[in-house]
Amino acid sequence: MNNPTIPIAKDNDGKPIWKFLLAELKPRGKWFTPFNIISIPIILLGIVLIVIRFWKGIGSITNLSQEIPWGLWIGFDVVTGVAFAGGAYVLTFMVYILNMKKYHSIVRVTVLNGFLAYVFYAGALLLDLGRPWNVINPIIGNSFGTSSVLFLVAWHFMLYMIAELIEFSPAIAEWLGAKRARKILSGMTIAAVIFGITLSTLHQSGLGALYLMAKDKIHPLWYSEFIPILFLVSSVFAGLSMVIFEGSISHKVFFNQISEKNHKAQKGILQGLSKICAGAMFAYFFLQLLVFIHNKNWDLLFTPMGYWFLTEMIGFVLIPMMLFIYSYRTSNTMLVRIAAILTMLGIIINRLNVTVIGFRWDAAIHYVPSWMEIVVTLTVIFTEIWIFRWIINRMPVLRESPEWANDEK
Amino acid sequence: MALDRRNFLKTMGVAGLTLLAGRNLANKTTANGEIEFRGLLFDATRCVGCQSCESACAEAHQFPQPTDEIVAGVVRKTSETQRCVVNLRNTSAGEIYSRNACMHCNEPACAAACLTQAMFKTKEGPVIWRADKCMGCRYCMVSCPFDVPKFEYHSANPKIEKCDLCYDRITQGKIPACAEACPAEALVFGSRRELIAEARKRFAGTPASYIDQIYGENVAGGTGYLSLSPAPFEELGYNTKLQNSSYPELSKGFLYTVPSVFVLLPPLLLGIYEANKNNHLKEEEHE
Repeated sequence: MNNPTIPIAKDNDGKPIWKFLLAELKPRGKWFTPFNIISIPIILLGIVLIVIRFWKGIGSITNLSQEIPWGLWIGFDVVTGVAFAGGAYVLTFMVYILNMKKYHSIVRVTVLNGFLAYVFYAGALLLDLGRPWNVINPIIGNSFGTSSVLFLVAWHFMLYMIAELIEFSPAIAEWLGAKRARKILSGMTIAAVIFGITLSTLHQSGLGALYLMAKDKIHPLWYSEFIPILFLVSSVFAGLSMVIFEGSISHKVFFNQISEKNHKAQKGILQGLSKICAGAMFAYFFLQLLVFIHNKNWDLLFTPMGYWFLTEMIGFVLIPMMLFIYSYRTSNTMLVRIAAILTMLGIIINRLNVTVIGFRWDAAIHYVPSWMEIVVTLTVIFTEIWIFRWIINRMPVLRESPEWANDEK
Repeated sequence: MALDRRNFLKTMGVAGLTLLAGRNLANKTTANGEIEFRGLLFDATRCVGCQSCESACAEAHQFPQPTDEIVAGVVRKTSETQRCVVNLRNTSAGEIYSRNACMHCNEPACAAACLTQAMFKTKEGPVIWRADKCMGCRYCMVSCPFDVPKFEYHSANPKIEKCDLCYDRITQGKIPACAEACPAEALVFGSRRELIAEARKRFAGTPASYIDQIYGENVAGGTGYLSLSPAPFEELGYNTKLQNSSYPELSKGFLYTVPSVFVLLPPLLLGIYEANKNNHLKEEEHE
């Protein structure tokens, strides 16, 4: 951050590109920040654990069993992580398709966030694969398992990453000062957005559809044929809550990167987002209610799992929804943030209820993630934040694009 | 049944592949209508608990010989080193031996779940696992209603282990090792149709010794491993709460909507985009 002006575009015209990249790779800013002090030892420990995992097998560091083959790494890293990454498709829909200019200033950081989330959480999936060297099999076409929901999800992850990379690529071009490339890449944005939204609707719901065949294994309060729809609708407010949360942190941490204009616009953006969140949550709550009535599970409501279900639905859907409505009416930014955090907790609880807590809820031995699984999960998240910070400090994501890029419009 | 599944795969193939690459479609659809699914019939009234099948299985697939004794009421489970187990159960008809192994479903959830076709329903009937295709995602384990596939959690090169009905032996014209080893004709190998006929014949011969049900005739859309019992099947540790329709059916609806979404959503989005493209002109007027 010693370099707040953006001379890259002009300066590197004469300089060889590799020298510029090498200079950019060097770390900037202070080393001894609280985040670094916490994250560095965890990442190092996580790397050691990952080495052990590939050397001694998945069972050496996880508590997975023959009955419960998917744990924290799938339930949290992949299923929950992807729900939080849903902000990218919702926001690109609003900005590029509905032409809501108000949100334009946050679209780049959201797409970056979404892209990194996919790269890292799909990357975390590799850790969970027993035979990761075969991961290309469904891609290269020698064995298409087209009847599999996972086949669909795998393809969509890959294609969506490409779509998001295209959506984000103008920022990379601006960083490198590549004017021609920027022009070409910007021209591809709309196509990438439309393709990306289509892919997102299908794999956000697809993640839920993965569990459709586990009918007898998931607690009936969380299993229904409507899991895909519920996952899709909840990904809308999961993603937007993440945008609110991440935006609030970015505005503090990267304060001097954000222009005066965008600082002022933030309040309006938060209000707008809280309105959309409330709407989506209302739809979601209503759907959950319909599914509950449809499944006739009244008797299950008064069991421990039933109370847990009510906690999720009331405490982490209904209450944050009302908070969003209230904060919108009273223009209370603090309340928007609280509501967003509650909503995110609710999403974590919901996804874990389907994938981990409610999965084999009746088994004699319950799955509880080992500390090593949690450390590896934290390693994935922290590494992502490191890369995120590296990009934010170098590319025009939060800050304005260089002059030459604006001239082209 | 076989044709249903092929049609399902074929349709899904069309759905998926039109988006990816329109080739490699027809290789699964060669007409083998005359080949019937083969399976096993287990008759709990004849099983004497000698564990010959367990030991023959271990020998045929290079596993360590099972050493644990059968004790009434203690449930032994299949594992990554044991593909079939015999247990002694206390039932309303007295102490009865039960036997667990892969059910070789007509429409297997594991094979439908597999994104690489590593888990594969052969035209002969056995559901087999192919190491060169599997990526170890364990979605087959999540999907299998009988919890059959087992994973080697403590290996750097883990395999999925499950009964393959001695597929190699079947293709050589031999019968599975367990059925060959069984001294009491409690395990019979044959085509599924023959086995069901045989089961009915046994019902008719000694109606008092059986409950009038073949476990596997209907459950999960029908399975290749069929069981007869003198006591209700839940007392033998069989899951009787499973649905009778096939499990891949459950995610079929979702998969069928995928092509329609892919065809309908992009033009819709494009339309909305075109409609809103010039909105900024209006906004500027207002401001």
